[in-house]
Amino acid sequence: MSETTNNTNNNQNLALDDGRRVKVLSPGMMVFKRFIRNRLAIAGICILAFMFAFSFLGGIISPYRQDQVFYKYDYANKEYAGAVVNTEFRYLTRDGKELPATTRAKFTLAAKNGDPSFEAGGTTYSVVKVDEGFFRIGTSQQLGNVTALGKIVDVKPIGGATISDELKKEAIAAVQGGKNTFELDGVSYTLTAGKAKSYTLAGSEDIALASMLSFDAYSAEYAELVNNFDFRLLSETAMHAGETSFELDGVTYTLDIESETTATISVGEGDAKTPVANVSNVIVNPVNNGVFLPMDYKAAVTDAIAAHESSFEYVNAEGVTEKHTIQISVNNYVIYTEQKTMLIDMYAAPSGAHWLGTDDHGMDVMTRLMYGGRISLLMGFVVVFLELLIGIVIGGVSGYFGGWVDTLLMRFVDLFNSIPYYPMMIIAGALMDAFEVNPYTRIFMLMGIMGIMGWTGIARTVRGQILSLREQDFMVATEATGIRISRRIFRHLVPNVMPLLIVQATMSLGGIILTEATLSFLGLGIKYPLASWGTIINSASNIYVMSNFWFIWIPAGVLIVLTVLGFNFVGDGLRDAFDPKMKR
Amino acid sequence: MWKFIVRRISLALVIILCGSFIIYGVMRCMPTSFVEGLARQRAAASATTGGASYEEWLEKLNEAYHMNDDVFTGFANWLGNVLKGDFGESWKYGMSVTEKFNDVIWYSVVLNVVTLILQVAICIPLGIQAARHQYSGFDYGITVFAMLCISLPTFFLATVLKYVFAVKLGWFDLYGIVGRYYEQLDGWGKAMDMLKHMVLPTLTLTMLNIGGLTRYTRTNMLEVLNADYIRTARAKGLSEKVVINRHAFRNTLIPLVSYMSYLVPSLFSGSMITETLYQIPGIGYIAYDAMVAGDLPFTMFYSVFGLVLTQISLMLADIMYAVVDPRVRVN
Repeated sequence: MSETTNNTNNNQNLALDDGRRVKVLSPGMMVFKRFIRNRLAIAGICILAFMFAFSFLGGIISPYRQDQVFYKYDYANKEYAGAVVNTEFRYLTRDGKELPATTRAKFTLAAKNGDPSFEAGGTTYSVVKVDEGFFRIGTSQQLGNVTALGKIVDVKPIGGATISDELKKEAIAAVQGGKNTFELDGVSYTLTAGKAKSYTLAGSEDIALASMLSFDAYSAEYAELVNNFDFRLLSETAMHAGETSFELDGVTYTLDIESETTATISVGEGDAKTPVANVSNVIVNPVNNGVFLPMDYKAAVTDAIAAHESSFEYVNAEGVTEKHTIQISVNNYVIYTEQKTMLIDMYAAPSGAHWLGTDDHGMDVMTRLMYGGRISLLMGFVVVFLELLIGIVIGGVSGYFGGWVDTLLMRFVDLFNSIPYYPMMIIAGALMDAFEVNPYTRIFMLMGIMGIMGWTGIARTVRGQILSLREQDFMVATEATGIRISRRIFRHLVPNVMPLLIVQATMSLGGIILTEATLSFLGLGIKYPLASWGTIINSASNIYVMSNFWFIWIPAGVLIVLTVLGFNFVGDGLRDAFDPKMKR
Repeated sequence: MWKFIVRRISLALVIILCGSFIIYGVMRCMPTSFVEGLARQRAAASATTGGASYEEWLEKLNEAYHMNDDVFTGFANWLGNVLKGDFGESWKYGMSVTEKFNDVIWYSVVLNVVTLILQVAICIPLGIQAARHQYSGFDYGITVFAMLCISLPTFFLATVLKYVFAVKLGWFDLYGIVGRYYEQLDGWGKAMDMLKHMVLPTLTLTMLNIGGLTRYTRTNMLEVLNADYIRTARAKGLSEKVVINRHAFRNTLIPLVSYMSYLVPSLFSGSMITETLYQIPGIGYIAYDAMVAGDLPFTMFYSVFGLVLTQISLMLADIMYAVVDPRVRVN
């Protein structure tokens, strides 16, 4: 009792049994002194203080929200462009002329069969095959009849057509020379032999070109030129003929033929040589709208495809060399390149911005640990409070009254105690899942269920203590003074059980945190977007996460262990402090 | 005395009956029952051939599985069959419940027995040493270690062990009871393979259980060491070895044996979380799967089995107390 002696500041000599010399501590103070002398209990208090600060203050200090998702920019190999080897005819019509779709279909048929002419929409078209995959389509028009009698050749126009003298001369020359076709001013004329030395003269003007190749202008200034009918006609004819230059409107264009299907058309000589157009049978298009593919890029693609390469390098407008890879499927080529993309920052390693990295949802692990701690700790306290409430009432009533009330209530406790815990929780979790309980409501329901499943131990303790306490003299006194029964139980009996209850409650706090973590780990407890320490570790049930991202699950586990350890240390210390005889 | 035992047994029976009824009722409340799942599956399978729809299947299956009866009739039927010794056929595993139980229980028993032996072999020496050197650094170390083991969550310990021994060191497999090449092994190899897969679960369970027994041993040993007869033994001039081993330890054995006798029934109950984490096909894991699938007969069997085990251990404890303390018998 007289552990503390105080003899400083005293000049008088005090006798050993002087009342002033002995300082008697109150029972509460004694408990406190014994408690703080226990090193483990102090360690436990420190751990718990840290946990509370971490969870409740940490959540305020943390710059992030618990469900804030982080994004990052990263380079991902994505589809950039598509290329197709052209197997369809592409048409270019002369200005002011038209080639309707039905006519195009008829032409395709004629080209396939090798017919020199076909009819569509009441008009006869002539087909001139320049080379494989390049046709000139013209409209033929009967101009007149040519009759030849000996050396006299007469040309008569039909249907109001006008035949110029020049044409007449040429036609006569052709008949005399035995030719079937001749050309004049870019229009070709045919002579079809009729009966007995008479011919039908038909003029055919090219109105369209059908080609398998596509022409792309290198720059906007040449766009018009490239779509010019004559330019196309001349360049492609030259290309098919294997010539390296052609002339149009007094300008000489040179052709660099790379293969049968690819060529570059340029103007000028030497250093002044500028590319005008690229010719290819490959059509290159961007995958995404709004992306402009520069001509030299397209040329690089077509070259790579022509050379059967699977990747090529391209120097972009900023002068950066990009690596592009080509994947082939039948006639389609897909070109991939590394592009800057916005991604959810998943499994980011610990860094200055995220001290413990980010989890599988791209959320900050540290922040989630803080908010998770709030839930885990709150859960522990609320559940213990519920358990105490139910346990004290039932245990108190049972212990005070005894007899059949006691038997009935204790059998009820036995029954409750024997219900297997985890099967019950699994079923409860499945029920909450099925009714799609809101995550916030779910926490309260979980607290309720855990409280209801766990009060029996406290009820037993209370009953056991009250059974012996109620026989003591102070209870006879309460009875004699006529205090009502509820007051006798809860004001006079229960406070005497309190030390024991405090110890038991502290110890079971740790147990509840463990149980809640286990339930959350099994997916029965707290649900996304809320977190508890158990749910955070749950991500480690994925082997990939477990083996590669220790920073997601190990801190949560350490926090659980430390918290439970803290509660156990404190509980142990309290027990020793309350009852020194029982000391460990 | 006999009157007391009879009363205690009849009470246990009532509790088992009520407990199994509660489990039955709750299982029947399960939102997505096994039957609904099966009906959905069957309906999807027969949809292409123009078979019965989900509703038709559900009706037929409900009939076949006796799910149309109300809870009371269903429970009465189940109880009637159980009294005849028939626990029915497991829905999930498609075999007799008792047969399945017989297949899997031995994994759990082996796991628990090995754990118990290890636990005793580790805890008792540790507890005794800690008590002998009370308040020494060693004692504090043991206390903290025991507390740490009590505070470890099963799943975290299991995950850490897996991470260290299976992922990092590669000594053991992550899951399962047999390895990849089990079928090609001879009899001895098969046994060794299974043993190897039992190492991590055993380690987990042992570590989880070590704390309680160590502290219990230490407390009891301390009590004995402070007793007068130990002082007498020392005063006689006996060697410290004899004092500890012959006088103190033997007296500690009494509470220890009674503590462990309560553990015996739990050897059969399996350990749901550990077995599930390591996918050891013991009773705990199999029952967990059955429960999640809504397998009513198996869950009922497992729950009743658990109830009976708990009641037996409680009954044993009560009867032991009654034997020791005559006052209990009177009440």
